Amino acid sequence: MADHSEETVSVKGCRIRLMRGGEGPPLLFLHGAGGAGPWAPFMGSLAKRFDVIVPEHPGFGTADTPDWLDNVHDLAYFYLDFLAAQGLRGVHLVGLSLGGWIAAEMAIRDTSRLASLTLVNAAGIHVPGVPQVDGFLSTDEQRIRDLFHDQSFAEAAIARSLRPEMEDVMLKDRQTAAKLMWHPRSYDPHLAKWLGRIDVPTLLLWGAQDKVVPEPYGHAFQRLIPGSQLSIISECGHLPNIERADEFVAEITRFIGNEEGAR
Amino acid sequence: MKFFNFHLMPYADADLSAIERHGSAWVTFPNTHCDPVKGADLYHRYLDELEYADELGFDGVVLNEHHQTAYGLMPTPGVLAGALARSVKRGKLMILGRALPLLNNPLSVAEEYAMLDNLTRGRFIAGFVRGIGAEYHAMEINPALSQERFAEAHDLIIRAWTEPGPFQYVGKHYDFRYVNVWPRPYQDPHPPIWLPSQGSSSTIAWAARMRYTYCQTVSPIALVARFFDMYRSEALKAGYEASADQLAWSNFIYVAETDEKAVREATPHLDAFNRLQKMPVEMLLPPGYSNVESMKRIRAARISSRPQTAADMIRAGVVIVGSPNTVREKLAEYQDLAGFNTSITKTQIGTMPAGMVRENMAAVAEEIIPHFRDRMAAVPVGSVA
Repeated sequence: MADHSEETVSVKGCRIRLMRGGEGPPLLFLHGAGGAGPWAPFMGSLAKRFDVIVPEHPGFGTADTPDWLDNVHDLAYFYLDFLAAQGLRGVHLVGLSLGGWIAAEMAIRDTSRLASLTLVNAAGIHVPGVPQVDGFLSTDEQRIRDLFHDQSFAEAAIARSLRPEMEDVMLKDRQTAAKLMWHPRSYDPHLAKWLGRIDVPTLLLWGAQDKVVPEPYGHAFQRLIPGSQLSIISECGHLPNIERADEFVAEITRFIGNEEGAR
Repeated sequence: MKFFNFHLMPYADADLSAIERHGSAWVTFPNTHCDPVKGADLYHRYLDELEYADELGFDGVVLNEHHQTAYGLMPTPGVLAGALARSVKRGKLMILGRALPLLNNPLSVAEEYAMLDNLTRGRFIAGFVRGIGAEYHAMEINPALSQERFAEAHDLIIRAWTEPGPFQYVGKHYDFRYVNVWPRPYQDPHPPIWLPSQGSSSTIAWAARMRYTYCQTVSPIALVARFFDMYRSEALKAGYEASADQLAWSNFIYVAETDEKAVREATPHLDAFNRLQKMPVEMLLPPGYSNVESMKRIRAARISSRPQTAADMIRAGVVIVGSPNTVREKLAEYQDLAGFNTSITKTQIGTMPAGMVRENMAAVAEEIIPHFRDRMAAVPVGSVA
């Protein structure tokens, strides 16, 4: 039996691919600049407790690239509309990297449909003096290596990326990522000013060895979002959902369980 | 045929082994390798060379724009054009060209070019480019917006030159409450516009539609012929027959007494040029710089190609190196093959020192140019046009 469904949904004329599986409270996962990819083991694990909803962002993969897509604000409004269109309430919003940035932009605008927010190695703000790799000026291989602490994950990802049929999606994803993240480089100077508006329980989950959005960013988000908790995952790079999938799922499940217990 | 003398103004004192170790002379090659005392000498030497080109009877001199690189020391070519505007007395003055998408204020180019057109009393030629991928890393401009910024900046500059000011301009990337450029361009309605490209099909089609002179940058002559054919074919689609005057080939020419001597002398400097030009594909092609299909084509070509040598460049007709007779024969052959009436000729190559450059310039002026003065390209055999 398939543990998830895959369909194309249209939100205000923009068609995107949507993966969905599991039962329970809704959990919306927003992917990073590397794209949505296929249904992944961590999604299956989360689906044991949640109704896991994984859209592919406009401009990525097989989704439309709408004329209105210029910046991360546009995606934040798109996903607020998506929540309304799907009739979702009490949503646990989880965003990774670029997806974390989108999630933060959503949450400073409107938390009425959110039950909690989890930002995972999220982009969107700038912390002075923290060295970061430049994924736009790395070889395809080095860019993948820099995502992982444990290079055995990198080897597998590099092998997958070399498949010729991946090139179209990779180039499209990177084009959209450049449009959204090239300048200012992976942040919006106005986001940090308004993170204090976020009024839902917030977890910051960070791979300790991230070279893309390093750990000091997790601490900076924690200072800026009232009452937020920071959980560091050791021996882990930019993608805890891949590199430390069990701990990633356990942390999110623990955080949401505690918050629900407290209510 | 017309001959323009094009200078890249490389940092000719560059430590080539340091560039080799670093992997590229662009964007991240540390500027601690630049000695400003040597840089000052190079600027004066190169300006002397372009003034010499004017004395020798070249039809014009040409500058361009690159950023953060030892490949060329002209981040702001208008400064050097200003220095030449009064010393180049007869020939045209061309910037080929300013990279429009890199600018947050394209009106600055409308102003700069109008000033140069006034200073030269209408001897100025205006080049517009998108800039190669490396410039987007160097100048922090979003490559995914390159094409739309170019189109909008171009439209704004043309309107600023041709519509009475002041008027308001509101675009997606640029907006101005007052567009009212002083001075107005000297030439009516504005300086001729030339577009150089590495061979982007969309640029070629657009240049043909706009009837702008298209300049093919350093490429094998067979490829040049194919791109020029594309231009002629696009012109026919736009309802007119393109003239060979609308096509320019950018090349290197090196002339010495014999083929053997010319090849021996030019080779180390062509190799140095290749080292100065080299950059990794992720620097040349940042995401969004071209559409996905073009990106795939160029990536595949880059991955399968080995580094280019001087011998490769001579064999493929990227450059012409030889005795006066050989250079004349090849140039005539190439002119007829590709169908162009302008040669944009670089006579300084990579690390080539001043003495060699001046001898080469004199040889081109005496042995080559006079033979081509009245030679016009026929439409090449087999051309779609």
